[in-house]
Amino acid sequence: MLIKINPSALKQTKWHEYLVRFAFGGLITAAAGIIARKFGPEVGGLFLAFPAIFPASATLIETHETEKKQKKGLKGTVRGRNAASVDAAGSALGSVGLFMFAVIVLHFIGGHNLWLVLAGAMLGWLAVSVLTWMIRKRVL
Amino acid sequence: MMQVLIRFLVGGVVVSAFAVIGDLLKPKSFAGLFGAAPSVALATLALTIISDGPAYAAIEAHSMMAGCIAFFIYVSIVSWIMMRYKVKALWVTICAIPLWFAVAFGLWLIR
Repeated sequence: MLIKINPSALKQTKWHEYLVRFAFGGLITAAAGIIARKFGPEVGGLFLAFPAIFPASATLIETHETEKKQKKGLKGTVRGRNAASVDAAGSALGSVGLFMFAVIVLHFIGGHNLWLVLAGAMLGWLAVSVLTWMIRKRVL
Repeated sequence: MMQVLIRFLVGGVVVSAFAVIGDLLKPKSFAGLFGAAPSVALATLALTIISDGPAYAAIEAHSMMAGCIAFFIYVSIVSWIMMRYKVKALWVTICAIPLWFAVAFGLWLIR
């Protein structure tokens, strides 16, 4: 299956939807820092993989897919929920990459350049996520 | 207070950037990968290393692994419920949040 970039998808998103994701992302990042200060980095670290904007993103996908179908005169409810479900399945694959990100940071952060380690961890996340996605596509 | 504000702004920008990339991509299953992008981790770890040093960040990264497993279980269950029962996304994603807490803190306790 081909991976495509669809710029028109940006027009579907309303300004308040961008604002909600910005606010949730900002809040959880700030909260992770506060929790780490109050309860220590062991507890704070858990929140680095908290599904902060996942409910907002899943709702957004459901709404947009439903609206698309409704423009064609269909109800679109089932289509919207299926699309959100498929997106969530993709996120499950992405979480394998997220684990790799944590592993790379854990093993290389001591004694190496911060930005190089974070860039390497990002590459690790992307590579493992895409590879997992490709394997799943081939198997199913 | 200033540090909290900086974390809020940096976190908001990084999370939004990954969300926009996810919006742009097709198919949906591939775009979903960006729902698990290390956006909060990237913003937090960068700021943590600058303020508290690499040893502190390494402890956070270690705990993050438990959070990742919890995230995997959370989104897998959410995906299955939505596909099987066609429940509204907002309800499932919110109601399943305690599952993330249970798995993350459960793993953290038994580590």
